[in-house]
Amino acid sequence: MWSSCWTYSLNLSSVPGDGDSQSRWCLSQVKGAVDDDVAEADIISAVEFNHSGELLATGDRGGRIVIFQQEQESKNLPQCHAEYNVYSTFQSHEPEFDYLKSLEIEEKINKIRWLPQKNAAHFLLSTNDKTIKLWKISERDKRPEGYNLKEEDGRYRHPSSLTTLRVPVFQPMDLMVEASPRRVYANAHTYHINSISVNSDNETYLSADDLRINLWHLDFTDRSFNIVDIKPANMEELTEVITASEFHPLQCNTFVYGSSKGSVRLCDMRASALCDQHSKLFEEPEDPSTRSFFSEIISSISDVKFSHSGRYMMTRDYLTLKIWDLHMESRPVEIYQVHGYLRSKLCSLYENDCIFDKFECCWRGDDSEVMTGSYNNFFRMFDRDAQRDATLEATWENGSPGCPLKTWRVSAGSRRKRNEIGVDCLDFSRKILYTSWHPQDNIVALATVNNLYIFQEKLN
Amino acid sequence: MINTMECAVDAQSLISISLRKIHNSRTQRGGIKLHKNLLVSYVLRNARQVYMNEKYAEIYRMQQYEEVMTVCNEIQELNPLDLMEDCEEQTGDCCGSANESASLCGALLPVSHQAPSVQHIQPSSACSVPLALQNEEVCKAPDPSFYRSCCAEAYPVSNCDFSPVNNMHCNKTTVLDLDTHVVTTVENGYLHQDCCASLQQCCQGAQSPAKKRKLDFGYYVSEIEEVPDFTPCKRAKFEDSSYVSTEHLDTSNISNLISIFGSGFTGLVSRQADLEQALNGQFCSKQALASLGAWTRAIVAF
Repeated sequence: MWSSCWTYSLNLSSVPGDGDSQSRWCLSQVKGAVDDDVAEADIISAVEFNHSGELLATGDRGGRIVIFQQEQESKNLPQCHAEYNVYSTFQSHEPEFDYLKSLEIEEKINKIRWLPQKNAAHFLLSTNDKTIKLWKISERDKRPEGYNLKEEDGRYRHPSSLTTLRVPVFQPMDLMVEASPRRVYANAHTYHINSISVNSDNETYLSADDLRINLWHLDFTDRSFNIVDIKPANMEELTEVITASEFHPLQCNTFVYGSSKGSVRLCDMRASALCDQHSKLFEEPEDPSTRSFFSEIISSISDVKFSHSGRYMMTRDYLTLKIWDLHMESRPVEIYQVHGYLRSKLCSLYENDCIFDKFECCWRGDDSEVMTGSYNNFFRMFDRDAQRDATLEATWENGSPGCPLKTWRVSAGSRRKRNEIGVDCLDFSRKILYTSWHPQDNIVALATVNNLYIFQEKLN
Repeated sequence: MINTMECAVDAQSLISISLRKIHNSRTQRGGIKLHKNLLVSYVLRNARQVYMNEKYAEIYRMQQYEEVMTVCNEIQELNPLDLMEDCEEQTGDCCGSANESASLCGALLPVSHQAPSVQHIQPSSACSVPLALQNEEVCKAPDPSFYRSCCAEAYPVSNCDFSPVNNMHCNKTTVLDLDTHVVTTVENGYLHQDCCASLQQCCQGAQSPAKKRKLDFGYYVSEIEEVPDFTPCKRAKFEDSSYVSTEHLDTSNISNLISIFGSGFTGLVSRQADLEQALNGQFCSKQALASLGAWTRAIVAF
C-alpha cells in the first residue's frame, strides 16, 4: 500500500501570486497509492502525530497501522522539515466475529492515541469498535551472535560436537522496527467505541462508546471502571448517545464528552465515582429559524478537542466549528462556518449518507489556529487571532510542489472563476475527515480517502 | 456529484428513505450503528410530524366542510333559492381559481360526492381536495413560507399548536397551499401566533374576508365551533383510512421492521406525546400513538 510514495522535493524559490489568495501552506508530501480504484481496506480512518511530532501514525479500515518518522536531517533545516518516511507497518486489529450476537466486528481503526514517551520505545493505543490495544514500537539495531548451541542460520548443533565455549556478543545490524502488542483491553464495551483519550497522569485512559465511558489503568487489562453511563432503563427512551470524549490536557480529574444532541458535558471524577451528573453543560440553544428535518443530525458533535492550554475546547458538528471557553457554558466564544453553503443541500446529503460523516478537528500547537476538513478534498484553516479563514485543497495535481497553495472560494452558483467552484460541482466522495497538527511546528497531516497529505507552512 | 435536482423534499419521501436506511443498516458490516440509527429516527419523526400535520389539516377541513354542508343542506330546504346562489357563487369562484394553488376548490361539492374521497385522501388534485371552506383570499405566504422544503429553511415549529380542537381560540380556517405547501390558518381573522411569525402581513390581509365571512355565516361559525365535540370518532376513523390507503406508505416494510426491531425509540414519542395531543386533539388516540411508534421505531439490537 505504501510502496508507491510520492515525495516532492521542496521548491524554495518564491512564487509570485495573488496576494490575498495565496496561503502560507505548501504541499510537502503525499503518501499512498495513486490509483483511482481504492480498496476498502486502504481507506485511512485515523491520523495522529505523537507528542514530539517526530512520528505520525495512520490507521486504516483494514486494521493496519503505518507509522511515519520525520527525517532526522531535515528536521534541523527549517525549510524542509516536513519529510516523513515509513517507519513501521503492522496489523493492529483483525476482523472478529461475535458468536453470541452473530455480529462481525470490524477491524477498522477508529482512533490512535500516543502515550508520552518515557524511554527509547514508543507506545500507542489503537482501537477498533470493541477492543483497545497498547502497542510498543521499538527499534532493534543489534543482535546477539556467537551462540554455542545454535548455528548462525538457526540450526542446532549437537552438544557432543562442541569443543570450545564462547560468549555471545551483540553485533550491529540493520535497523529493524518492531511493533508488539503489550496489552489488549477487551470485552468492556457493548456498543461501538468512538474515542480513547490518555490521561495527563500517564497511567490511565478512557474509552467511550455510544452509551458508556470506561476508565482503564494502562497496566491492567482485566478491569475497567465505568465512569459515565447514559443508557436509559428502557432503550426505547434513548434520545442521545455519546459521540466523542477527551481528558483535559492538564487536569487529570477532568474530562468532557460530546453528545449527538450537540451538547458537551464536562465531568469531574473527584465529584463522584459515576459521573452521570455533569459538572458543566456546554450547550447553545437551537435557533428556531433554522429548524429543518435534519436539525438533530447536523447538531450532533463529531469531535471534541481541548486546546493545548486547557482553557478552551473546540467542538465540530456537521456545519460548524465552535470554540468554547470552559468558564462559560451558555454559548461558544467563537463559531466558524466550515461549509455553510451545504445548508441548502442537507436533503441530498442525507440521501447519500454524507450527512453522517464525522469530521475531526485540531488545534495548532500554540492554539492560535484551528483546522478541520470538508468535501472536495478541501480543508479549512481558521486563524483565531487574525479572524481570517482559508479554504485549501489537498491535491497533488495542480501547482508545483512546494509552492504556496492557493485558497479557494465556494460560490452558490456554478459559474467558475479561477479558484472558485460552485456548490453543485463539489465532489462529495472526496472528503477530509481526519486531520492532525504537529504539536510544535506548523506541519499538518490530513487524510483524503486513501492518501495521506502532509503540508508545511512556508516561512518568510 | 450530488444531483441536487432530485432531492426529495417532501415528508413522505423522507420517511421511505429513512426506513430504507434503517433496513439496510441491518446488513451493514460491523453491526447496527446505534448513533446513525438514532439520527435517522429523528428524521423519521420529524418527517412524520410534518406528514401527520398535513394530513390532519386536510382531514379537519374535510370535517368542517361536512358539518357546514350538512347545515347548508338543511337550510337549503328552508331557503333554497338564496343559498343555492350563494353556494354556486362560491363554487364558481372556487373553481374559477381552481388552478391557483391559493384557493382550493371542491369545498362546495355535494356531500355525497365528497364522502368517498374523504376516505381516500390523495393529495394530488387541487380540485378534489376540499381544503378551503370559505372562498376567501388565501394569503400566499411570501418567503419564508411556513412549510418549506426540508433542506434549508424554516420547518414547522414543532410546538406550534394549530389544533382547532384543543385550543378553542385557534384556527377556524386552514388552507393548505399544495404548491408551496404553505399552511395558513385564519382564526377569526387572526393567524395563530405560533404559526405566523413570518406571516404577519398575510394575517392582516386575510382579516377582512374572514370577518366578513363570519358575519354572513354566523351560524356556520357557531356550528364549526361545536365541531370539536364531534371530532373524536370521526378523526380516528379518517386517520386509519387515510393511513392505510395512502400509496406512499410501505406498510409491508413497516411491519417487517416492527417484527425485526421490536422496541424502538418511543422516547421520541413520549417526549412528543403532549405536543402531538395538542396538535391532533383527540386524534392522538392510542391508535395514533401506536402507529407513531411504528414510524419512529429504530434498531435496538443489544
